[in-house]
Amino acid sequence: MRANRLGAALAAVLTATLASCGSSEPAASPEAAQSPAAAATGPVKLTYWTWAPNMDKIVAAWNQEHPDIQVTVSKQAGGDDAAAKFLTAAKAGNPPDLVQAEYQHLPSFVAADAVADLKAETASIAGEFAEGLWGLVTLGTEGVYGIPQDSGPMMLFYREDLFDKYGLSVPKTWQEYADAARALRKKDPKAYLGTFSSKDPGAFTGLAQQAGAQWWSISGESWKVNIADEPTKKVADYWGGLVKEGVIDDMPYFTPEWNKALNDGRLLTWPSAVWAPGVLESNAPKAKGKWAVAPLPQWNAGESFSGFWGGSSTAVSSKTPNKAAATQFATWLNTDPAALDLLVKEAAIYPASTKAQSALGQAPGYFSNQPDFWQQAATVSAGARGFTFGPNVGVTYNTFKDAFDKALQNKTAFSGAVQAMQDATVADMRKSGFQLAS
Amino acid sequence: MRRSGRGAWPYLFLTPAMVLFTLFLAVPIGYTVWLATRRTKVSGLGLGRGARREVSVGFDNFSAALSDAELWHGWLRVLGYGALVLVVMLGLALLFALLLDSARVRLARFSRIAIFLPYAVPGVAATLLWGFLYLPSLSPIRDVLEIDFLGASTVTYSMANVAVWGGTGFNMLVLYTALRAIPRDLYEAARLDGASEIQIAVRVKIPMLTPAIILTTVFSIIATIQVFTEPSTLRPLTNTISSTWSPLMKVYRDAFVTGDLYSAAATSIVIAAISLVLSFGFLRVVRNRAFGEG
Repeated sequence: MRANRLGAALAAVLTATLASCGSSEPAASPEAAQSPAAAATGPVKLTYWTWAPNMDKIVAAWNQEHPDIQVTVSKQAGGDDAAAKFLTAAKAGNPPDLVQAEYQHLPSFVAADAVADLKAETASIAGEFAEGLWGLVTLGTEGVYGIPQDSGPMMLFYREDLFDKYGLSVPKTWQEYADAARALRKKDPKAYLGTFSSKDPGAFTGLAQQAGAQWWSISGESWKVNIADEPTKKVADYWGGLVKEGVIDDMPYFTPEWNKALNDGRLLTWPSAVWAPGVLESNAPKAKGKWAVAPLPQWNAGESFSGFWGGSSTAVSSKTPNKAAATQFATWLNTDPAALDLLVKEAAIYPASTKAQSALGQAPGYFSNQPDFWQQAATVSAGARGFTFGPNVGVTYNTFKDAFDKALQNKTAFSGAVQAMQDATVADMRKSGFQLAS
Repeated sequence: MRRSGRGAWPYLFLTPAMVLFTLFLAVPIGYTVWLATRRTKVSGLGLGRGARREVSVGFDNFSAALSDAELWHGWLRVLGYGALVLVVMLGLALLFALLLDSARVRLARFSRIAIFLPYAVPGVAATLLWGFLYLPSLSPIRDVLEIDFLGASTVTYSMANVAVWGGTGFNMLVLYTALRAIPRDLYEAARLDGASEIQIAVRVKIPMLTPAIILTTVFSIIATIQVFTEPSTLRPLTNTISSTWSPLMKVYRDAFVTGDLYSAAATSIVIAAISLVLSFGFLRVVRNRAFGEG
């Protein structure tokens, strides 16, 4: 009798186990379920997935002016998870009408046929964006898969006060950066000039772009994957050497540990993107007014290159019944002067639109000591170079984390991790059947 | 007429359960099995409409999952972690249950709640909380002890610690409840025979507890096989946990990071099969000992 009861309890537990194992199928999110079908009467209703702060306020301005097209913002977590969620929702058949799409994820969205081609609707606004940025939404093809919203040209953020204290000068080249890193360790063994994060493939991508990397490209009907190219290996081994030498730390960005190091003045620089002031303001509030910005150090003296870390576009879901209305909203959001003004003020983004970039005036509050912040950003932006992202960035970025984690742990060469990224990316594309040029 | 009417009644009562079972268990499992036999195939650049279609691949995904070295490494890691958690957590749970049940215990109510309370803390919150205690520059423990809790050789113990902290209370409660159900006159008889409290615990209480101990062990085996929360939550803080540290993390990665639902479905079926084998295997081994006389 007792055995029977135990058996029944176990059966219940085991079935529960199976149920949880079986739940890997796409689950519809509550937001997605609200995605409206074309309403026969009344205004067109659109849902918009985004994680830009205060987007609801910006959308409110649109809704007031356009009673016939009402947009509802659904706030997302952002990052890679947001991309995965959108792809899952698209596969399940109930995606939002509009989605914030980071440039590196856009090709995955296109490959999954989750976003619409807006070529016809966007012909008139293509000229409002720099060619490099526009290339990120066309992927170098005939189509247009999103409207650029913001961009993240990389710059060097540094602690001006501590540079003065330790007698360091702002590094103009990566060689000088390495020398400064060594000098600082001698002056204060507790502080580091910077850290290499094995958790942020986006940052590494930007640094590789600066060095001239070209991870993916399209030639004719096939993809070319060249992640382990010379510029990338050079960047990887540069950082790997500094970490091994012990002059650069290896703690990941965006952890409580990192916040504390920033607040305590134990990290003196952060090669980051133009959106860094917002992060510093919330993660290192104590150091307000002590940070300054400079262009990234260069590989060759006299150059002025940069790369991109982050930046996103507004894409329209291929499944939306209201493509025209959605495109109209996306166009307004990213090209209308009033909307751009709100984007800058409320969402604190660095706009992709060329004319909006030049209209930026007052420096972000955290950098009130640097009135020429936006002029610097514009200069850097002009020298920033990117590349077309491939259709399986998820695999590449995930391999980055695992391979660089392992390289840090085993103290092996970083270029080996880059090779692992290349191999995993090619293997995955081959398995899916993508045409690859050798 | 009456006969057939009566014959239909049980089915009517069963209907809600059957409908729920079908909708939320049978259909999802069936869909997972179906997904596991498929794969997307792209042609050319894979961009635009019609460049991607779903094809049937039979058992390819299963053979890929079974021959994936990383998955088996994950099993090994989880096995080591599981053995640690199982022994320490159930040992502590049993010890606490016996102590609380002993006649001389003070502050029983308070202790019971205090030991149980960590179970009420959600896994993610508990792991974050411990994560803060593990991080070098934030941890008060690190001020005293010079141990890197998140190093390659220690991270398994650090994770097991979180699981033990969170799980002991629940298992203690199950065991304690079973202890309270044992007729008191058994103890009295043992005492009259001159048994000490410790002898009563070892010779009377623990044998009587065997079914409950087996139950908590099976629960714990299943829970450790499915370990996901602790390593995923600690992963951003350290470079010693890979995205495929445990089998379930690999399923998550395949499905939602690298966008391969099909492999993820195949792997989760393999995990379910192994869970079944381990749980029933354990039951087979202990059944005769535990229930042989009943």
